[in-house]
Amino acid sequence: MTELICIVCPMGCRLSIDDSMNVTGNSCKRGEAYGRQEVIDPKRIITSTVRIEGSAFRRCPVKTDRPIQKHLVFEAMKLLDGVKLVSPVNAGDFALKNILKTEVNFVVTKSM
Amino acid sequence: MLDLIVIGGGPAGLAAACSAHEHGLKNILIIERGAELGGILNQCIHNGFGLHIFKEELTGPEYAARFIEKLKGTGISVMTNTMVLKITPEKQVHIVNPSQGYRILHAKALLLAMGCRERTRGALCIPGERPAGILTAGAAQRYVNIEGFLPGKRVVILGSGDIGLIMARRMTLEGAKVLACVEIMPYSSGLNRNIVQCLRDFDIPLYLSHTVTDIKGRRRLERVIISKVDKELKAIPGTEIEFECDTLLLSVGLIPENELSAEAGIEIDWKTNGLIVYDNMETSVPGIFAAGNVVHVHDLADFVTEESMRAGACAAEYVQNGERAGETVKTVKGFGIGSLVPHKIRKEASKGKIEFYFRVNESFKNRSVIIESNNFTLARFKRKVMVPGEMERVTLDRACIPESGEITVKIENEDGGNEND
Amino acid sequence: MFDVVIIGCGVVGAAAAYELSKYGISAAVLEKENDVASGTSKANSGIIHAGYDPEPGTLMAKLNVRGAYLAGELCRKLDVPYKQIGSLVLAFDERDMASVRQLYERGRTNGVKDLELLDAEQVRLIEPNACKSVCGALFAADAAIICPWEYTLALAETAVKNGVKLYLNSPVRSISPLPSGGYRLFSDGAYWDTRFILNAAGVHADDIHNMAAEPEFSITPVRGEYFLMDKCESKRAAHILFGVPGEFGKGVLVAPTVHGNLIVGPGTEPVDDKENTGTTYGGLDYVKQTALKAVPSIDFHRCIRNFSGLRAVSDTDDFIVRENAGAKGFIDIAGIKSPGLSAAPAIAEMAVELLQSSGLKLERKERIVDSRKRIRFKGLSPDEKNELIMRNPAYGNVICRCETVTEGEILDALSGPIPPQSIDGVKRRTGSGLGRCQGGFCGPKILSIIAREKKQEPVEILQDKAGTFVLTDETKTGGSHA
Repeated sequence: MTELICIVCPMGCRLSIDDSMNVTGNSCKRGEAYGRQEVIDPKRIITSTVRIEGSAFRRCPVKTDRPIQKHLVFEAMKLLDGVKLVSPVNAGDFALKNILKTEVNFVVTKSM
Repeated sequence: MLDLIVIGGGPAGLAAACSAHEHGLKNILIIERGAELGGILNQCIHNGFGLHIFKEELTGPEYAARFIEKLKGTGISVMTNTMVLKITPEKQVHIVNPSQGYRILHAKALLLAMGCRERTRGALCIPGERPAGILTAGAAQRYVNIEGFLPGKRVVILGSGDIGLIMARRMTLEGAKVLACVEIMPYSSGLNRNIVQCLRDFDIPLYLSHTVTDIKGRRRLERVIISKVDKELKAIPGTEIEFECDTLLLSVGLIPENELSAEAGIEIDWKTNGLIVYDNMETSVPGIFAAGNVVHVHDLADFVTEESMRAGACAAEYVQNGERAGETVKTVKGFGIGSLVPHKIRKEASKGKIEFYFRVNESFKNRSVIIESNNFTLARFKRKVMVPGEMERVTLDRACIPESGEITVKIENEDGGNEND
Repeated sequence: MFDVVIIGCGVVGAAAAYELSKYGISAAVLEKENDVASGTSKANSGIIHAGYDPEPGTLMAKLNVRGAYLAGELCRKLDVPYKQIGSLVLAFDERDMASVRQLYERGRTNGVKDLELLDAEQVRLIEPNACKSVCGALFAADAAIICPWEYTLALAETAVKNGVKLYLNSPVRSISPLPSGGYRLFSDGAYWDTRFILNAAGVHADDIHNMAAEPEFSITPVRGEYFLMDKCESKRAAHILFGVPGEFGKGVLVAPTVHGNLIVGPGTEPVDDKENTGTTYGGLDYVKQTALKAVPSIDFHRCIRNFSGLRAVSDTDDFIVRENAGAKGFIDIAGIKSPGLSAAPAIAEMAVELLQSSGLKLERKERIVDSRKRIRFKGLSPDEKNELIMRNPAYGNVICRCETVTEGEILDALSGPIPPQSIDGVKRRTGSGLGRCQGGFCGPKILSIIAREKKQEPVEILQDKAGTFVLTDETKTGGSHA
């Protein structure tokens, strides 16, 4: 039995996941999926920034378009050091594709 | 003359302006002091916004963009880089900006959406030396996310507010070492999910019932000393823990920014610095409305949006139909209630619902929220857990509102009863 | 070779520099920090005392009364915030009343005008928030509030405009007499030769003295802790409110500030360390409890800043302003505790007289700069604001929202006679960051403006003194990942 606090939304439900992967304590389907995933292979969305040129600001915010394996978070962060965008960019544009061969991408979250 | 001037182009102002337009107002102006719309959302690059309103998880800039997109084609005008220096009860707005200089604008209604500011070291009276390296979590967030600079490498965070927790993760990801998050209360004031994904994910210890009792460093911060506190929140000698660090981030509460409002003579709750409002989000000055953190500090931008949409609609109604009539019923904070909005309710149309927003002043488990008037229970709402860190909402049918007198919101006693029963 | 080198650019050093700049000599000021007014002169009550406190016949008595008289005129000429709001020494029992009457007599002997003894009713009428148990007070109409750092800055800037050289970041490490007369002053990697020295080194005046002569006095730093309150608390006091003076000084006062806040303090605590300007829980609590006895309604939740300052208290009971017995042409200005801010211009006059009697020939210059004016956007009329913004749009860009300070004013400061070297340097010149958010919002913006104007990297920008870096690394450069 694993006890977790759900992080998919601000409610913070207290989940219990038994050995046969049954999730209880959740208020929604997303919570159930999160609980199971967290026990098997925890994943996180990363939000960060990358350098940008030609804009009023020096940094452009980005996020992973899907959760990425938790143990890859710092390695993925390091890759952002090598990214430099040039304005204009649009929200949703790729900043970095196929992070560490996971098929997860960093996408721009603000048009600038 | 304009129909409505919205002061502040953050989440509250954007939603209020859109909603006022949807409810029929044509001549709307949003005044924003920053270079772009979105306010603080622009530096909140983390995700978690929009689950209530858009049913999907967005980052701050993405959430803001949804509303900025909505403005297109509405004819709502926007002035950025513009500071409001003064407002008057006659609904004049004194503004200044580089291109137009100093001007006085006039509108039929105003909507205040100035948001809040962070409590500083000065407000807490933390003793010790005064080196560089002590800053609010929000200022650090601006440096890291907008400017692209780290304010330090070894960090202690005082307060477990959400911005502090978010910055713990953010600075860790950028290569800083966050040594501790220190909270004076026996519970965290941030959301549970943030404790998990911002602290536990990175093994950052959370010290509850602790506070910073001394600061060392003549030039740049060198050490922070924390102590355990007793029930009266006083430091207990002998419990000191010392951290070698170059940065102390403060995430110790937000204060509604109501200096403009106070100068205009608008009634303020001096305990929270929030505005005193009617159920239609109108302040004590007719035709001046307010929404978002300038009224009371919310936990989630989504709730700010909801409240602001309501305020925008009510401002439109005011411009179109004039002042609402009806006897005023006051709301009263009963047992367990720390803050409560609205402060006043106008008894008019018996249709529709009234939403009460409140925070408890201590943690409760398995208790009911009771709304009563003249010792008569109007409604009861069961709650599994209520903590001061999370704003609660209950809804009451307007038909229940008494003709006059007061309405009390309170938490039931431990025995489950109502002390007046 | 300079004619005169002044050591220390606090208010006394600055006043001396200003006074000397009226004459056709060469003078320099050496300051160990990166800005003027970096020690006691920036961390005090900001009061021009009327002059009833000091023992008659002392230098303090003479220089306080004269200095207070000069201060009003100087502040008008040099555009320094100054308000003559009067002070009250409150008495709460018969013993206090006896002290108050004694102060009244002292004041008259010292030549203080417009002193008046008030009864309880009169006090309540003009100071309704004073504690109900007040039974009388000494009223001094001449007492004023002032911005102490702008006062220092205005004096120093005017001196610089008149040709005095100011060397910042120049701590004096040693002093050697020159064979041909005069002295050589050594700093880190630099030295200056001079015929005369004015030692205005504040809490370090004894250390400087001892570099050139046998010890004659010692300075004990006495720490005073303060609360600075939000503007909404400023109405708690209409005048400068004192209790009756105690062993170490005038005790805790409550007063409005020229910036519209309320100041409460200082406590009194001798410390060992001449750089120890920290605050303590006990020290702050003492100030709070004492102040609440005089004005019970102060809401200490409305504090926006705590700070402490060190007063330079010597082991004599008076100011020391005299030529060093063992070193000709070396004049000590030491032990300038309260009322030092009030006395500063008179101390400067006296120092100049001492230089003359020690052999310095002084001739008035034909023309000097003796005025100063800076733009204070907030106080202008709408028409004036518009005119200014039309001339330069930077005045339409409000950077500090709490105090309404514009980019134009910040640029003025950066191109001023003594350009600021830090965010707090800009604060001392424009008032930015002085307000309730304490620079939370405007700090990052001012940092960018300084970096842009001085062509520096943001990581090089200082909060205040040397070494007070605000930022440590740029993100996304690969360097920050350990």
